[in-house]
Amino acid sequence: MAQENLNPTAPADDHDEARRTFLKQTSVLTALALTPGPVVQAAAAQWDEKVAAAFEKVPLKLDINGKKYRLQVEPRTTLLDLLREQLHLTGTKKGCDYGQCGACTVHVDGQRVNSCLTLAVMQDGRKVTTIEGLAEGDKLHPMQEAFIKHDGFQCGYCTPGQIMSAVACIREGHANSEGEIREYMSGNICRCGAYPNIVAAIQEVKNGGQKV
Amino acid sequence: MKEQLLQDGKAVGDRMSRVDGRLKVTGAATYSAEYALPNLVHAVLVGSTIAKGRIRSIDTKAAERAPGVLAVITHVNSPKVPGFAAKQNPDEPPTIGQPLRVFYDDKIYFNDQPIAVVVADTLERARYAAGLVKTQYAAEPHQTNFEANKARGFLPTQAKRNPKSPQNDYDRGQKDGYQSAPVKLEAEYVHESEMHNPMELQSIIAHWEAPDRLTVYDKVQAVKGTQRAFAKDWALPEENVKVIATFVGGAFGNGLHNWPHETAAIIAAKVTNRPVKLVLTREQMFTMVGYRPKTWQRVAMGATRDGKLVGITHECIGQTSSYEEFTESSVQQTRMMYAAPNVSTRYRILGLDISTPIWMRGPGEATGAFALESAIDEMAHLLNLDPLEFRLRNHTDTDPEKNKPWSTKYLKECFQAGAERIGWSKRRMQPGTLREGDWLVGYGMGVGTFGANRGVAKVRAVLRADGSVLLQSATTDIGPGTGTAMVQIAADALGLSPDKIRFELGNSTFPTAPSQGGSSTVNTVGSAVLAACTELKQKLQQLGGAAFAGAAPDQLTLAGGQLGLRTNAAAKASLADLRKQNNGQDIEVTTEAKPGDARQKYSMYSFSVHFAEVRVHALTGEVRVTKMVSCADAGTIVNQKTAGSQMIGGAIGGIGMALHEGALMDDRFGRYVTKDLADYHVPVHADAPPVEVFFVNKPDTLVDPIGTKGIGEIAIIGVAPAIANAIFNATGKRVRELPITPDKLI
Ligand code: FES
Ligand code: FES
Repeated sequence: MAQENLNPTAPADDHDEARRTFLKQTSVLTALALTPGPVVQAAAAQWDEKVAAAFEKVPLKLDINGKKYRLQVEPRTTLLDLLREQLHLTGTKKGCDYGQCGACTVHVDGQRVNSCLTLAVMQDGRKVTTIEGLAEGDKLHPMQEAFIKHDGFQCGYCTPGQIMSAVACIREGHANSEGEIREYMSGNICRCGAYPNIVAAIQEVKNGGQKV
Repeated sequence: MKEQLLQDGKAVGDRMSRVDGRLKVTGAATYSAEYALPNLVHAVLVGSTIAKGRIRSIDTKAAERAPGVLAVITHVNSPKVPGFAAKQNPDEPPTIGQPLRVFYDDKIYFNDQPIAVVVADTLERARYAAGLVKTQYAAEPHQTNFEANKARGFLPTQAKRNPKSPQNDYDRGQKDGYQSAPVKLEAEYVHESEMHNPMELQSIIAHWEAPDRLTVYDKVQAVKGTQRAFAKDWALPEENVKVIATFVGGAFGNGLHNWPHETAAIIAAKVTNRPVKLVLTREQMFTMVGYRPKTWQRVAMGATRDGKLVGITHECIGQTSSYEEFTESSVQQTRMMYAAPNVSTRYRILGLDISTPIWMRGPGEATGAFALESAIDEMAHLLNLDPLEFRLRNHTDTDPEKNKPWSTKYLKECFQAGAERIGWSKRRMQPGTLREGDWLVGYGMGVGTFGANRGVAKVRAVLRADGSVLLQSATTDIGPGTGTAMVQIAADALGLSPDKIRFELGNSTFPTAPSQGGSSTVNTVGSAVLAACTELKQKLQQLGGAAFAGAAPDQLTLAGGQLGLRTNAAAKASLADLRKQNNGQDIEVTTEAKPGDARQKYSMYSFSVHFAEVRVHALTGEVRVTKMVSCADAGTIVNQKTAGSQMIGGAIGGIGMALHEGALMDDRFGRYVTKDLADYHVPVHADAPPVEVFFVNKPDTLVDPIGTKGIGEIAIIGVAPAIANAIFNATGKRVRELPITPDKLI
């Protein structure tokens, strides 16, 4: 275990706060050095706060569903929260935030990942596909069609994650039998219990031979 | 007006795909946390770390100073919620007592009780700041251990106040009459608390659109009930509170009560004067939004040697909180399922320092069926009888509890269909004797029943200029496919193609409907859809003039943008003409439907039987459910596809109840050890076998004019005992404590 990280004088909890205080002080000091006049005004308007916030953000380039984004994000922002809270791509769902349910599954460079376990800044330059980017215009992806046909959902909340995972499951070559599908889809929980219908949908798409 | 029965169904019974399917598979369906309101800010709750006592001090300074924080609200600075101070109204469902008043005072009733809410401009900042709140407590000793407190179980207040309450003690024939039987058994059954754990986290956006006008986007099963509750809390006229729940990401009962986080968000929105979004964490889903309560049961049973039940005694103690009396119908099935001359039931509740439970799918009936249907299996084994045969020998064609005829009961048809489909003939009478390699194979069955309830609802029906019909009602859809079923009913009622009909729900401004609970939505709201469509046609009939006079409503059609008559192809009135007669307006009705007096004369229940095939590993005790067959006598099946999905979902929920689910309490802290989906197992794909569904599909028009009886609950009631009984058949080991984990089998 990395004992050296456990520094008793600087508890991990306070780390962010310390860095922020440092940033804020630096920004105020810089302002002070340049133009001492407006400092009072700066403090009143909480400019130091804004400057510090700007320092804390990291530039990030992403391609999401074919659209290019140039963003500034906090390093602690997950890909899931970036999608849902900042970009309003709410098709990707939060079911646990701990990598336990699969509701947040998206494709990053074609691989399925739990976007809640992925910091947005780690995906710089990557291609992200969410449920909103799966259909081609009005034409649904065959997996989406199959989910509707086989009633592979009830409440629909796990569904975007199930579908993204299902597409990847076939692409990975892990959809060769019912048993294999069940095994490789087990990271996607459906509390409504639509599992047999989901498996039927995946089998139909797999056996239908369409391009996924 | 006498209710018009649903005739001539073409759409009803069809395997129509869901009307909202496209929205759900494209990510376009909007759940409660997904409304993009301008100036929206984020709230994160801070929970107590003791289970009982008082808050001595709460230091919020660091949190307030943290970047982006707009407010930190605790009992010290929270604005007063007018309704909190008012005298409690003990008649309010669902519980007697006082729901937790968030931030009202310094008292702690359970561990992780919300004690502060932090509001910030981003979620990350709110979450960070929430970690900076420091609290000092004056802790008091807490009681969270069920076994240690069992003796304190008491008769619920509602039973004490009302001698007619079904929660009262019940004796038919001789009290404890089972004792006189030649063959007797007695056993105790226990299950741990189970969490609903819908995939959507409990979420709310609270928005004060004016100082006296509140809108909430809330994950609830009752938009009208929620509207009433918040209007009362904030001393507002009901119409000033708007509740939106267009899509609900599962609930299974936990949206049938309003919880502290909802009011915390409303308070936060008031303080910051911004729309506030609050999404619980998965851990918080275990501590403050209800659960199926831990329950202890004792069943004693007596029978003659030829397999006739002499008597059953069923006692039950269910857990509740220290501040609300939660009750459920755990002993009901014992009173009416079998033709036993002597039946005694006792129901008690036990208040502990834990938050309040709430009905979880199948609620108490599923709990009770685990004990009753396990005991039936045990008795059949003692008598050396096939458990199916034993049930048939004690079948009853009238309700022995109420002495009334059943409205309909096709349970025997279910038995037969299920036995054939599971391959019941392969079942060995001698447990532990069917083996495939290292796997022991067993078969089991369990029966379920639930009241075919029906309430009062209103539906608005509007015929628009383009010939389409819009229907609205303030019901919700937590997953069963309510909108789809309603469109099918309306299509048949109007003689109109389903794609011309739209059903809107989940909005408290729509005509009133009860909560989506107790398997009664189609019975209740479906009947109102039928009534509204009938009235709409009658209105058109009047507008259509002489050609339509005297025609019965079911002879009128709306196809092809005109009013027509089934019996006379020549009678036609164009929509444009009808509108002209209506001063150019949309033609609109709002109609109420309520149950009739057949309810007094008949006993109305849905019935189910579940068959399970299991394989138990002889060395490791691992249990695999390899096949399930679920059969239901649920009246008319409006949609075979979505109804089938409900049955499958219930069966899989029942697998969780039987094998996986149980929240374990660390009594030292009064806190659950199992607190997320890694510690608390729910069934995943790999746990879910093929589930074959059979519906009798015979209408019960005494329940409602469509003939439905309800599916959601019976889909799970009886599943857990079917699996427990199959495990006994496979191994010869009788496990009476759920969940049946491998350690209990080796
Ligand atoms: S939200 Fe990411 S796995 Fe559950
Ligand atoms: S459809 Fe509700 S959780 Fe899967």
